[in-house]
Amino acid sequence: MTAAAPTVDAIRSVNPRWVGAAGIFLGVFAFWIALPPVETTQLVWPAIVAAVAVAAGVWTIRQGEKRIGWGAIVSGVLGFALAVLAAQAARSNLEVAIVWSALIASMLVYATPLTYAALGGVFSERSGVVNIGLEGMMLTGAFFGIWGAATTGNWLLGLLIAMGAGGALALVYAFFAIHLRSDQIVGGTAINFLALGITGYLFIDIYGSNGTPDLSNGNWLKGESIPDVVISRGSNFFSQAFGDLNLMIWLSFAIVILAYFFLFRTAAGLRLRSVGEHPRAADTVGISVFRTRYISVVFGGMLSAMGGAYLSIGFVHSFNQNMTEGRGFIALAAMIFGKWRPIPAFGACCLFGFSSALAQRLGTIPSWSSYAVLFQALPYALTLIAVAGVIGRSIPPAADGQPYVKQ
Amino acid sequence: MSDEQPPVEREVEETAAEQELAQEQPRTPTGGDYAPSVAKRLDLYQRAGGIVTPLLTTIIAFLIGGLVVLASGSNPLSTYRAIFDGTGLNWLFPWVTGADRTLAATNLQQTLLLMTPLILTGLAVAFAFRCGMFNIGGQGQYTVGTIMSVWVASAFVGMNGPVHILLALAIGTLSGAMWAGIAGFLKATVGAHEVISTIMLNWIAYWIGSWVFALGGPLQSHANGASVPVSHDIQPNTHLHVFWGDPILQGLHVGFFIALACLVVYWATLNRTTLGFSVRAVGFNPEAARYGGIRVARNYFTALAISGMFAGLAGAIDVLGWEFHIDVNDIQASSIGFTGIAVALLGRNTAVGVFFSSLLFAALVNGTSTRHLDPTIFRPDLAGNLTLIIQGLVVLFVGADVLVLWFWNQRKKIKLRRHALAAQAAVMR
Repeated sequence: MTAAAPTVDAIRSVNPRWVGAAGIFLGVFAFWIALPPVETTQLVWPAIVAAVAVAAGVWTIRQGEKRIGWGAIVSGVLGFALAVLAAQAARSNLEVAIVWSALIASMLVYATPLTYAALGGVFSERSGVVNIGLEGMMLTGAFFGIWGAATTGNWLLGLLIAMGAGGALALVYAFFAIHLRSDQIVGGTAINFLALGITGYLFIDIYGSNGTPDLSNGNWLKGESIPDVVISRGSNFFSQAFGDLNLMIWLSFAIVILAYFFLFRTAAGLRLRSVGEHPRAADTVGISVFRTRYISVVFGGMLSAMGGAYLSIGFVHSFNQNMTEGRGFIALAAMIFGKWRPIPAFGACCLFGFSSALAQRLGTIPSWSSYAVLFQALPYALTLIAVAGVIGRSIPPAADGQPYVKQ
Repeated sequence: MSDEQPPVEREVEETAAEQELAQEQPRTPTGGDYAPSVAKRLDLYQRAGGIVTPLLTTIIAFLIGGLVVLASGSNPLSTYRAIFDGTGLNWLFPWVTGADRTLAATNLQQTLLLMTPLILTGLAVAFAFRCGMFNIGGQGQYTVGTIMSVWVASAFVGMNGPVHILLALAIGTLSGAMWAGIAGFLKATVGAHEVISTIMLNWIAYWIGSWVFALGGPLQSHANGASVPVSHDIQPNTHLHVFWGDPILQGLHVGFFIALACLVVYWATLNRTTLGFSVRAVGFNPEAARYGGIRVARNYFTALAISGMFAGLAGAIDVLGWEFHIDVNDIQASSIGFTGIAVALLGRNTAVGVFFSSLLFAALVNGTSTRHLDPTIFRPDLAGNLTLIIQGLVVLFVGADVLVLWFWNQRKKIKLRRHALAAQAAVMR
């Protein structure tokens, strides 16, 4: 909306959007320097940085970029306020909570299941099928992942079985949403109920009250859990953050980039998006709307199931009923927050993963633990703000949720 | 506004007459009938499946559920029988006597106790549906209702009992309305999709509820020690009156009648008021409604707020009726609002339908619970999940109106063929 026509002047001088973005960054930076490891006690420094951020915001607004300018001002004010809070907080508590390397590692762990499911959602919704059932497909993947791995003794087979199960559930959904043209929100809700019931039923039926074979620590059977990729176990920042991450985390980075290239840089991706934007036009030029949607939804289901399988055999190493606990909905939120694009959606997953990681670390400090719970609501609150259009409006693909009737 | 009502009704009568005519005189099938317009489809859908579709859906779902039971090595018939006995609905049979009858009465009280909030959360989904919106946020609105009413009912010590009850119910209802109103406001002003915003509001309510009663939370009670995440008990004089069964053993309270009254209110509001007329008009076709001078955005807000009132009231009634205090686990494990979606869909968003489908789901949930299902026949922990599967199947099939349409068309085709054969036979003779 605010993307003004690029006038000659704007190209010649500095792009105000960049100044605004720098202002937002400076606001965050003002807060950062009040945290460990810098931990400045003199509030002068955050104040100066925040003032520069606000100044950048004011300048940006005067250049006509109102939204990003206000963003910079808000960021500066908030950054300074948080810095004041951080300076007031007990220093020992802060040092326990804010260990950047551990926070980043933990952020990636929490973000990865979301990333897979959010990408699954991007594929499905870009082809024009709303997918509220991400949660159910994730849960299915989580159960069948651990069941497959425990039965076959091989995590790779477990992962494939999980993908097959997630894909099968997505196929059922796709049939109802595409061929039977049932309401997609209703269908997705049904998928969530079904997955909850089926996994719970099978879980009790197969494993009973004993629970799944515990793959953690002592009972670790080699080959049943998705392995970690150990690059280094040093004590420097990068080793702590990235040295010992699960294979699926690295795979998720690759899939994000591949998904971006596929959707926005290939002909097949263009076709997929065209089906989601204007199916009639796509049909006219010879693209099979039904086939494209089926493939996208089933692939989306497989991706979501991978996220679930990572949760059960890569991260928690066990399964319990309803173990996804709304992660599918956070993934949905991340997809919307990322405006139905793979890389921004990944960014949103990282943001939401970070809030989970921070909540977990704050939870270990007795005097703060009760507030840590509130951090869990942050992803949803941010998404609500995003759909309200305060931070850049999220607009779905044009034909998202509309069944296609062939003529 | 109100004088616009009769034409609509007359139209319905006319179409019904047309339908009868069409059934008597088989027309030649036309090719373009397969994909009718939305309005036409809705019309046919309503007539085709007035009561047949929900019944058919339920039967199919229970059949598949039976197959699942069979697959895990139990007898589906005796399992369903045990579930039925667990619901207490056998109390209605005069031949059940003695100790069985007493047990059936207690079971039935529990079923109706569960039915009470289900009616209301069902209505919460249904009312928004009639305005063309999908309110997935019944759960969040219910949660907010429980939080606020447990707070009000446990505070204000020494207040007059009935006044206190009314205040707690009103605050619970209003807070539900406000929670849904956020989504309605966003829909009305910036067009944010209500499905997304209500899902987000669900989870915000979930975590707020997990916070306020958690250790160190603002509403946590320290009566049982600081390490129990539970709210204060509500004041004894705010308990709703129990009219059937033992008050100590969760008898059936008067909230049940409030829920039944809400069914009437729902029907009357939709069908006998200007507000209901404009809500339905927006639900049928927002563009036409706008052209007709109805303020669409305002109706979106109003309809969602009223939806939230029903769900918030459900929460308040549960708190005052039998829960009396809320712990974090109550909030996290509750799925009343989600079951309400299935209730509304199966009940086709009508008052009568919601009544019967809430009874069905309450019976199903209660009959499969650990407390009520005979463990020698079927494991209750399995049966609880069976309920979820059946619920999922019901929602899945109810949403697939084209499937119903296809069956309907098949029926018509068979009829036509029979007529053709009869005509042929007559010619031959």
